[in-house]
Amino acid sequence: MPHDHDNHLDPMDARVRALETILTRKGLIETAAVDAIIETYAEKVGPQNGASVVARAWTDPAFAEWLERDATAAVASMGFTGRQGEHVRAVFNTPDQHHVIVCTLCSCYPWSLLGLPPVWYKSPAYRSRVVIEPRAVLAEFGLNLPEGTKLRVWDSTAELRYLVVPMRPEGTEGWSAAQLAELVTRESMIGTGLARVPA
Amino acid sequence: MTTPEPTPPDHAPFQAPWQAQLFGVTVALADAGVFTWPDWTRALGAEIARETPYWEAWLVTLEKLLAGLGVALPPEVAALAHRWEEAAHATPHGQPILLENAQG
Repeated sequence: MPHDHDNHLDPMDARVRALETILTRKGLIETAAVDAIIETYAEKVGPQNGASVVARAWTDPAFAEWLERDATAAVASMGFTGRQGEHVRAVFNTPDQHHVIVCTLCSCYPWSLLGLPPVWYKSPAYRSRVVIEPRAVLAEFGLNLPEGTKLRVWDSTAELRYLVVPMRPEGTEGWSAAQLAELVTRESMIGTGLARVPA
Repeated sequence: MTTPEPTPPDHAPFQAPWQAQLFGVTVALADAGVFTWPDWTRALGAEIARETPYWEAWLVTLEKLLAGLGVALPPEVAALAHRWEEAAHATPHGQPILLENAQG
């Protein structure tokens, strides 16, 4: 048995270190590159990217039209490009139509816009149930849609990832894009929530 | 509906450092062209479909892919993982774990 003061590696941790050692020795990866990737996705890239896209779409009709027609190019113009060359499609919520995204296969997600997915997005419960009973799942997130609102679930893939553009909250006339971006939550861009209402 | 399964406030992408490390290694391999991302997600999806927990599925998928490519074979990975465990054991708490610290 290890003493309390000993370091004890989780077996998973040891297997990851073993792979990394082999791959580094073979020159297939570099430690610095791996560290940079982790830093980027753990700390730098997050939902604030998507929020700036949404806020711009709310304030700039020409951009909104471009985002609807060719989201990949529109978000690339703001510096957000997918690492794996994947395409992005923006789906716009309206009073009649609500959109929600999922990856039923694994965890495909618009990294460049939202960072890495939260734990629940990867859970078997969310992945399977949001397709079968989306209204019940959304209700568990505290989102109760009016009965007349149609619901559409978009299944992301490695090649095509979706971004939900939530509706602009009322009472925000005259707000700047920077102010509006503060109202755009991660959940609102997944479709499990709405944009925040100004206090 | 009694217990809400997907609970919202679990926002961190990683629950342990090894998960972040594993993610970084995988993305670096895709960047280097060792495999394509669509190939990766297909393999990961197949493993997740076996109801393996998410990050464990990720690790198993990567081990299988690298074994299939002949890049890292299971006996080599297992032996090296064991050496990392030994190195951790031999390293005083608070100091960085180095493979050289493993006995033998």
